[in-house]
Amino acid sequence: MINGLLWLLACQLVGEVVVRTFDWPVPGAVVGMAVLFALLQLRRPPEGANVLRMSDALLRHLQLLFIPAGVGVVTLLAVIRDDALPIIGAMLVSWLAGLVVVGWLVTLLVPRRAR
Amino acid sequence: MSETWDWLRVSPLLGIFLTLLGYRLGQEVERLARGHALAQPVVVAVAFIGGSLALLGVEYDDYLSGAGVIAFFLGPATVALAVPLHRQAHHLRHLLLPMLVALPVGAAVSIVTAVHTVRWLGGGDVLERTMAPKAATTPVSIAVSDAIGGLPSLTAVFAIVIGIVGAVAAPAVLNLLRVRDRRARGLAIGAVSHGVGTSRALRDHPTEGAFAGLAMGLTALLTSLLVAVVLPHL
Repeated sequence: MINGLLWLLACQLVGEVVVRTFDWPVPGAVVGMAVLFALLQLRRPPEGANVLRMSDALLRHLQLLFIPAGVGVVTLLAVIRDDALPIIGAMLVSWLAGLVVVGWLVTLLVPRRAR
Repeated sequence: MSETWDWLRVSPLLGIFLTLLGYRLGQEVERLARGHALAQPVVVAVAFIGGSLALLGVEYDDYLSGAGVIAFFLGPATVALAVPLHRQAHHLRHLLLPMLVALPVGAAVSIVTAVHTVRWLGGGDVLERTMAPKAATTPVSIAVSDAIGGLPSLTAVFAIVIGIVGAVAAPAVLNLLRVRDRRARGLAIGAVSHGVGTSRALRDHPTEGAFAGLAMGLTALLTSLLVAVVLPHL
């Protein structure tokens, strides 16, 4: 458990230091995710390895972890009320556009043999 | 009594306790609703905790003194998203070209249409930045929003809602669009509705779920990169 968490924190640490050193506008944890992905692909640890078990445990309760941020919306209710139209409009338009583009592009590009 | 209360109100204990209690309540509601997409534990928890804070007269910042301990683990959890991506990576080989084209284009379209629709309908610059990363999985969208000057709490809510919309409506919309290939359906759902959409896709078909998970992980990476590149030019 501790070893698994150490791996995750070490990857995050590398990511956070890299984005700050090179002034990248990308979250450090996302760079840490890319670092861990590269490590996993290279080392191919067996199922049951510490880092895999710790990751599964954290991801099983991922929703718990963003509750504190979600609760922050109680301080932003006025923004939601004032900007209800752009919020609802942008969510629907952007969601539908993304869905159509990815769905159709993949359908178009999948080799016919493989269908 | 009031001294005890003054202590409790600013103590980390209350925030951590309320967060875990709200989450457990949410899990129970989800179980009673037999896993319906509308009954996300986080939605129930946010409503419960928001109501409790108002009732008890606790400020959000005081709540965060405890809840921040839990929120800290979003960082390592984001790193941990590499694990499901690693497990699904073998699917990449079969569909490398379609994914290499469709997912970056999809992520860019999500960002650009989000920003332009907000602007067109009269939302401000901060709302544009808050909306831009909402297609990424919630922990990543929160981090990106924070990095580009959006309102992370509001981005979290947008991401959660867009996930729920996807879980409820995406399969029907894809039917209307005549997208029938399981892999294409999964990729499309994962690209716009991340984790919540993925769990719906997984329930519909294992292949659809696997590709949705893959699209979710890659879209998280792509959104972080593209938002930084695209936003200054919009």
